[in-house]
Amino acid sequence: MESAVLKIENFSAFFGENQVLKEINLSIPQNRITAIMGPSGCGKTTIIRCINRMHELIPDAKVSGKIFLDSEEIYATDAIIVRRQIGMVFQKPNPFPMMSIYDNVIAGYNLNGMKLNKDEKDKIVEESLKRAALWEEVKETLHRRGTFLSGGQQQRLCIARALAMRPAILLLDEPTSALDPKATSYIEELIVQLKDAVSIILVTHNMAQAARVSDFAAFLYLGELVEFGPTGRMFTAPKDKRTEAYLTGKFG
Amino acid sequence: MKEPWIRRRILWDKLFKAVIILLTFCSILPMLFILFFITSKGISVINWRFLTHLPKPVGEMGGGISNAIIGTFILIGIATAFSVPIGMLVGIFLSEDRRGRLASLTRLCVETLQGIPSIVIGIIAYIWFVVSTGSFSALSGGVALGLMMLPVIITATEETLKLIPESLREASLALGVSYPRTILKVILPAGISGILTGILLSLARVAGETAPLLFTAFGSPFMGLNILKPINSLPLMIFNYATSPYPEWHTLAWGASFILIVLVLGLNLFTKVVTKRWKVQF
Amino acid sequence: MNHSRAELLVLRSKTKTMRWHRPALSESSFRKILSIAGVFVLLLLVAIFFSLGIASFPSIRNFGIRFLFSSTWDPVKSEFGAFPFLVGTLATSFLALVISVVFSIPISIFLGEYSAQGSVATFIKSMIELLAGVPSVIYGFCGLFLLAPLVRALEVKLGMAPYGVGIFTASLVLSIMIIPYSASIGREVISLVPSDLKEAALSLGATRFEVIRKVILPYAGSGIVAGVLLSLGRALGETMAVTMVIGNSNFIPKNIFSPANTLASVIANEFTEATGSLYLASLIELGLVLFIVTTIINLIGKLIIRRMGVGE
Repeated sequence: MESAVLKIENFSAFFGENQVLKEINLSIPQNRITAIMGPSGCGKTTIIRCINRMHELIPDAKVSGKIFLDSEEIYATDAIIVRRQIGMVFQKPNPFPMMSIYDNVIAGYNLNGMKLNKDEKDKIVEESLKRAALWEEVKETLHRRGTFLSGGQQQRLCIARALAMRPAILLLDEPTSALDPKATSYIEELIVQLKDAVSIILVTHNMAQAARVSDFAAFLYLGELVEFGPTGRMFTAPKDKRTEAYLTGKFG
Repeated sequence: MKEPWIRRRILWDKLFKAVIILLTFCSILPMLFILFFITSKGISVINWRFLTHLPKPVGEMGGGISNAIIGTFILIGIATAFSVPIGMLVGIFLSEDRRGRLASLTRLCVETLQGIPSIVIGIIAYIWFVVSTGSFSALSGGVALGLMMLPVIITATEETLKLIPESLREASLALGVSYPRTILKVILPAGISGILTGILLSLARVAGETAPLLFTAFGSPFMGLNILKPINSLPLMIFNYATSPYPEWHTLAWGASFILIVLVLGLNLFTKVVTKRWKVQF
Repeated sequence: MNHSRAELLVLRSKTKTMRWHRPALSESSFRKILSIAGVFVLLLLVAIFFSLGIASFPSIRNFGIRFLFSSTWDPVKSEFGAFPFLVGTLATSFLALVISVVFSIPISIFLGEYSAQGSVATFIKSMIELLAGVPSVIYGFCGLFLLAPLVRALEVKLGMAPYGVGIFTASLVLSIMIIPYSASIGREVISLVPSDLKEAALSLGATRFEVIRKVILPYAGSGIVAGVLLSLGRALGETMAVTMVIGNSNFIPKNIFSPANTLASVIANEFTEATGSLYLASLIELGLVLFIVTTIINLIGKLIIRRMGVGE
């Protein structure tokens, strides 16, 4: 039995009166890659934004239910503390444009006013960039601005920035949809290697990517969790008719 | 073969274009005249004495504008110290709160403030500072100039910050950075170029202002370093000397005008160079 | 860089603890500070209005509404009336407006339609920016020493009293100063006219002139008016240049070449010599009138611009 790093219990999310997530019950296994798939508007981006409590930044946003990280209830803790333990990488790479590559990676500590000496910072930067498979390409130019990198490199920089905080979970919101195929496959390989260090939740509208990369898959439709299980089984023998319809391309 | 009435329309078209071009180029002639005259009359007055000596009483030759130059810098220093922190805070407030009632009211007040004539600002500073302390002072003049800088800085800050993409804020918040820190350490530095432009441009404008200083800073023949006492400034000196009946003073005023134009236009140029260098691409 | 496993483990546990510390400044406190800044500006404006009102109260109480229509300005007899200055202000501002529009609208058309890009456009734009950047006192200085002698010569030719200074000179100087304000707003609204409207007219065989006259100007018309209103607001409040060339006379000007005073210039000329609280209060009341009039005109202009959706 896989141990769960994140437990979502009877969780619902609302934009004002509009309910976007309906009583989700889901356990995210530790040190595995879990893909969340579904057509547009199914709630897959909303659910990961609820996990790192970014959903509540929108006015009129409401939630009900519980989410447990290890044994802590996320919504009973300070949102800022939660976000420091969960990393997020966005669809469009967003490195801080005013900062160097070095400062981007260590940004989570600098911006939060967490004091580290230079040696400690160097260690964290090197380790994070190595894990994001970017170290060799930038080690000579650590103090140049991050915006000089290509799209794929910028996204790996964002991954390094998230990893530097040593999160328990890494949330990836369609991380390769803005990238070219070569950069995409590079990052997909990287994601697979990362699961030893973090548990990964990958939101993707690209079924093929989910099939390639993930260990477990969750299918969301109109705010409901329709099915969840090991990726291999989901794709070959889906239990729910709706899952089968989605996977065979009957709707997108 | 073009019919006569088409030829007439084409003629009007060409005539119109010629008139437009003529009037456009005519309108820049005054500028060229002014620059030419100030340079030709003023540059001969400039020498080291002129820049470093105090003004002399009527009838005595020599004399310089050193106290006016220093005074100008002190006054715009006070104005900046007063208007930049408050202006940036209000600008941040307005860019963060797009729709609230307080924000809309504040915006209205900023627009009104911007349109207040400089002499009226001078009256206000007089009532608030000169009457209450019983003396003209550099402080009152600096605050008057600061009041004129304030709306420009607020608007520049607000407009610059509004252009910063949401993705930057999200990146910071997702790292667990608190909201105040996100604004101050991520959003504000990203907008530094536009904000700096607003500050420098308003600085260039108030450096040349006279009206608000007429009864606040008031002017002085001495080197003023005490901000609670009257102080001289370049525009004040030019006004006093130009409207005086003494030809020697008129000559000094040309020199001072040259220095002032160089200062103001130099600041404008500096602004363009600096903001291009610091501009952040998204 | 070679980091031992032990060092990395220590670092790992240190950073893990660090993630738990709470931020110093909370979100709600910060938002409160921002709101206070907003309220500060509100209070500032209210304070300005009330200060002017209170300081001019002795004059308001003494003269009432007559103040605006009385043409006596006599410090000796403590009789004060604003009418000469209202005339002076309106005369110089409107004359300056008329003269400036003759140049600023062509500039707007030139930069908005004929020559929007390129080195010529950049040159003209920079020149217009320079016009706006030159300090007012320098305009006054040049007006006094370069323009006034010319006007004096003209007056001699016309058989009038050779003042050199007066409403005409002041209007000329003022018109040059306000050109940039209406020119830049006019240029923006003209460049915002949708190109499909222009192309439709051109494809029907209209000349450029006809397109400008029948399509562009009607469309951009209210924006241009707004720009002109804004430059009027600027003209009304302009002090130094006008003070230096208007001739400092407190009587109602007889004709366009007479010396006069505007609301702003009489304040500039007499404020520091005002003895007696009624004298000062009357001068401040003039300032209050100026404040109210310029505010109204500026707000109307800004309202029209915002309706047209032009970015500032």
